[in-house]
Amino acid sequence: MIEIEHLVKRYGSKFAVDDISFRVNRGEIVGFLGPNGAGKSTTLNILTGYLSSTSGTVRVSGIDVLDSPYEAKRLIGFLPEQPPLYVDMKVDEYLGFIYELKRCTLNREKHLKEVCEVTKISDVRGRMIKNLSKGYRQRVGIAQSLIGNPPVLVFDEPTVGLDPKQIIEIRNLVRNLGADHTVILSSHILPEVQAVADRIVVINQGRIIADEKTENLNRVVEEDRLYSVKICGPQREVLAALSKIPGVVRADAVGERELDSFTYHIQSEQGVDIRKPLFFALSERGWPILGLEAVGMSLEDVFIKLMDADANKKRPGDAKAARAGR
Amino acid sequence: MFAIYKREVYSYFTTPIGYVFMAVFLAASGFLFSLSTLQSQTTDVSGYFQFLMFAYIIVIPLLTMKTFAEERRTRTEQVLLTAPVSLTGIVLAKFLAALTMFVTTLLLSCLYFYPLSLYGEVNWARVWGSLIAMLLIGMTFIAIGIFVSSLTENQFTAALGTIGILLALVIVAMVNSLIDSYVVRSVLNWISIYSRYANFTYGIFDFGAIVYYVSVCAVFLFLSVRVFEKRRWS
Repeated sequence: MIEIEHLVKRYGSKFAVDDISFRVNRGEIVGFLGPNGAGKSTTLNILTGYLSSTSGTVRVSGIDVLDSPYEAKRLIGFLPEQPPLYVDMKVDEYLGFIYELKRCTLNREKHLKEVCEVTKISDVRGRMIKNLSKGYRQRVGIAQSLIGNPPVLVFDEPTVGLDPKQIIEIRNLVRNLGADHTVILSSHILPEVQAVADRIVVINQGRIIADEKTENLNRVVEEDRLYSVKICGPQREVLAALSKIPGVVRADAVGERELDSFTYHIQSEQGVDIRKPLFFALSERGWPILGLEAVGMSLEDVFIKLMDADANKKRPGDAKAARAGR
Repeated sequence: MFAIYKREVYSYFTTPIGYVFMAVFLAASGFLFSLSTLQSQTTDVSGYFQFLMFAYIIVIPLLTMKTFAEERRTRTEQVLLTAPVSLTGIVLAKFLAALTMFVTTLLLSCLYFYPLSLYGEVNWARVWGSLIAMLLIGMTFIAIGIFVSSLTENQFTAALGTIGILLALVIVAMVNSLIDSYVVRSVLNWISIYSRYANFTYGIFDFGAIVYYVSVCAVFLFLSVRVFEKRRWS
């Protein structure tokens, strides 16, 4: 459905996007993951025709966005990073404007009603956009992208700045839309894309460093786990005991939160579940566990891992050296 | 394109800007009209139209300052630029919307001639000629204003920049007489919006001037399109 080939975008001597190629198949939800400034928005802006590329091609359903911008733009619904809302309009007026702007031919009343129902904004249709909360604005932005029923949806950081409840709502909405649309969504938060995407493309400094099915990426990321454990007991002895547990690679004390109890970060070896031995080792000595949780990897950790894995694939011999040098 | 036109006209009335424009335009023109004709007990309107041109320097930027600057600041331009509409269509729609506001207000100000005609003999050829010239000049000024607005994301900068350029274009004719060089003088005279206008005030339909105004207008609209084109590429 979407084919991006050798896409380059240069600003002066700086490469915002440096030779990116990937495909998105029909009906897929693809997560576009990367830290701020990695080139996510630039790529999506080129895909939607807002920016031009320095070189490379982008095709949507076989149509080149540079050669036939009108045909390509009709196939794409776009939610930019900042929803493009005219705040002095009412929701209904705004959606009507978008309907006319896209020269939509579907039944107007019915289509707008459907879009509002899908995005759950039916109850605010008569309100001024400037009076809406951030969550509602985001949903009006999504509604705008759905008008005309384009087969491809592009969402640039759809959940940024929303509260956890709204994030879950938007996530569900994206998942539902994925049933009959091809969706690309970008994010700088790993769990965000893990939750909805079938496939994840990871980008850093303008280059793709991983393009994997979500399950595969999860495997890479979760190979060695980090636990945050709160233990009641004398710090030095607890640390000594922890490092003796088979499978523990590293244990650090992080801080004292309550009297006598400390939080420790414990990293386990690949594929070893240390939770049971941890429990028994501590209970033997009479140090209760007050809390235990798995800590997700930060995006930086993921990048380091992925880049390692990448180097591993290319030069198996050097991988160890690369890791040691880190 | 029609959708954008409609939204633009609509937005002039949902924000104070449209009302402010009309109020300032009508107040200024009304004041200038009564001063130059009723007060001086004459039906000669050429003075009024000359003053009006100076009023344009202030009121036209009110109309054009937000056209593109505001869209750029609030990022709403993204929805226009990623919709199946051409850049030329977007610029034309905005231009026509501002022109609609301007023409409506100019027509309203024509009411002033009614009381004048009750008390004296009005030279209608001169009035019509001047009105057409005013329309053309307004159109040119709007195109310049839209171009300046496309360069910045700050409405205030856009307004000030437009005022500066318009002032320069009008004043050039007055500086002209101070210059000795014939070549410089004729070039400045050619550029001057003001000197082209003179024939209309005598009721002469100057085709060359019309071509001039329409061309300047087209050039600035074209440049606005290029500004967007350039921003996409760099």
